[in-house]
Amino acid sequence: MFNYKNTKEKLIELFFSTTGILTLLILIGIFVFLFVTGIHTFAKITPTDFFLGEQWNPDAYGTPKWGILSLIIGTLMIAFGSLVMSIPLGLAGAVYLSEIAGSRTRELLKPAIEMIAGIPSVVLGLIGILFLSPLIANVFGLSHGLNAFTSSVIVGVMVLPTIISISEDVLTSLPNEFREASLALGATKWQMIRMTLLPAALSGIVAAVMLGLGRAIGETMVVLMVAGNSIAMPTSFFSPVRPMTANIAIEIKEVVTGSLHYDALFAIGLVLFVMTFIVNFISDIIVEKHVRKYRW
Amino acid sequence: MKEKVKIGFKDMGFWYGSKQILSEVNLKFYSKKITALIGPSGCGKSTLIRCINRMNDLVPTAKIDGRIIYNNEDIYGKNADVIELRKKIGMVFQKPNPFPMSIFENVAYGLRIQNMKDKNEIARIVKKSLEKADLWNEVKDCLSRSAFGLSGGQQQRLCIARTLANDPEVVLLDEPCSSLDPIATAKIEVLLKKIKREKTIIIVTHNMQQAKRISDYSCYLLNGKIIEYSKTENMFTHPKNKLTKDYLDGRFG
Ligand SMILES: Nc1ncnc2c1ncn2[C@@H]1O[C@H](COP(=O)(O)OP(=O)(O)OP(=O)(O)O)[C@@H](O)[C@H]1O
Ligand SMILES: [Mg+2]
Repeated sequence: MFNYKNTKEKLIELFFSTTGILTLLILIGIFVFLFVTGIHTFAKITPTDFFLGEQWNPDAYGTPKWGILSLIIGTLMIAFGSLVMSIPLGLAGAVYLSEIAGSRTRELLKPAIEMIAGIPSVVLGLIGILFLSPLIANVFGLSHGLNAFTSSVIVGVMVLPTIISISEDVLTSLPNEFREASLALGATKWQMIRMTLLPAALSGIVAAVMLGLGRAIGETMVVLMVAGNSIAMPTSFFSPVRPMTANIAIEIKEVVTGSLHYDALFAIGLVLFVMTFIVNFISDIIVEKHVRKYRW
Repeated sequence: MKEKVKIGFKDMGFWYGSKQILSEVNLKFYSKKITALIGPSGCGKSTLIRCINRMNDLVPTAKIDGRIIYNNEDIYGKNADVIELRKKIGMVFQKPNPFPMSIFENVAYGLRIQNMKDKNEIARIVKKSLEKADLWNEVKDCLSRSAFGLSGGQQQRLCIARTLANDPEVVLLDEPCSSLDPIATAKIEVLLKKIKREKTIIIVTHNMQQAKRISDYSCYLLNGKIIEYSKTENMFTHPKNKLTKDYLDGRFG
């Protein structure tokens, strides 16, 4: 017997499960491609030389060097530096928007902040090259301002909207009862924010920060333009660095498909993938733990 | 015996924007008594008790007139300290609203606000407050568990314990039992009668039987005006005002 309603339900179900499975397949496909291509590298280069070698010089005559430690450190420095800047600013911004600003101000500011997220990173890179790096070179007395610090600032600005916007959503969605209960016990507004709202919003804030971190690790254009591109081991935050993403972008154009260099670049891509995966995994654990402790 | 006045309203009026909610309120709340505020929905009961701990300050359009005297001082006066006031005048809300924290931390919250550091002292007060709220025996083995795991009635008693930890002089309750079953309600009534030995209690209730059972004084509010205020036994047996009689007889709305 033909049942129209049943068929419709079945079709809808089919649509969602197909798209879901398709997305999953694409993700797995990307990983498999990265893995299969990248893993060749380790047939010729030992993991120790690859991960702990301090020199990256695949084109050297005689003994090419395949160490990516300086690239990893470049990536980590910028990720860390950008978060050091964007977490406090982001939280302050989110708290201001949700708890202090009037509704009129919020309605104006929130879209403005979200617009920053829409600025193409190449434009931010330009601003970094033309304005920020000369400024930083001047202030700190450097010969040029293309270094880990400058790119941390720019990448920090890039992830700021993500952190503000998600954290603000989380804070705003907290039930008003928490605020009333806290104030009625004689808390000041600041105590209410610090002792009730921020802990209650923690899982969401962690998610926001992790999303920002993932973006900071993966950001390519800005670091290509302002990080300085030096493959030398960085000695301070004012050293020019070359994060993994920038290295792939710079060298992929010149390599011969299928060569060891080509495979090695994919291995670097694989490392990036694993890093972001770990970030997500850790944030899931934190959120999960927190949700189990504080449920409402 | 003359009873001691804890809180007095003098020609008090209240507005949300241009809408007048309360007018010409003159009232005395007596020390160590339970006063019940009754009246139909929307008559301004919540507004009235939220004036006492100044929770209405949070509404930008709120405007108040006249005076509310607490311990011989105008709580809206120039030198009044809202934070101190709210520590002395605690509030329990209609819906149980524990914090998303452990049971222990919920009760310790007020102490942490006051920057109390002594762990033993905090633990002692938490225990004492939970005992006063008749909750200690039920939760003493799971103090570190989330408060959200408790039943509604337990949550409401937790909120009472949390308020008592501040050692307030006055406890305001806005329909504290409206979301609870009769057994949970009875438990709260028992403990309110117990804590009234030390504290002044003002309770908003929709439940006439509850007002009759627990209160010493009752106040009938209609359209923002005090219609009748007297000893509960008198009000329920011989209401002076016809409007009160109609309401008590259920001839209202
Ligand atoms: N924040 C507010 N802004 C404007 N008007 C409000 C606000 N809060 C309450 N009111 C209005 O004030 C009047 C009194 O409200 P209130 O909550 O004090 O009534 P109530 O007696 O507690 O009623 P209920 O028994 O339903 O709780 C109502 O007409 C309500 O619509
Ligand atoms: Mg009410």
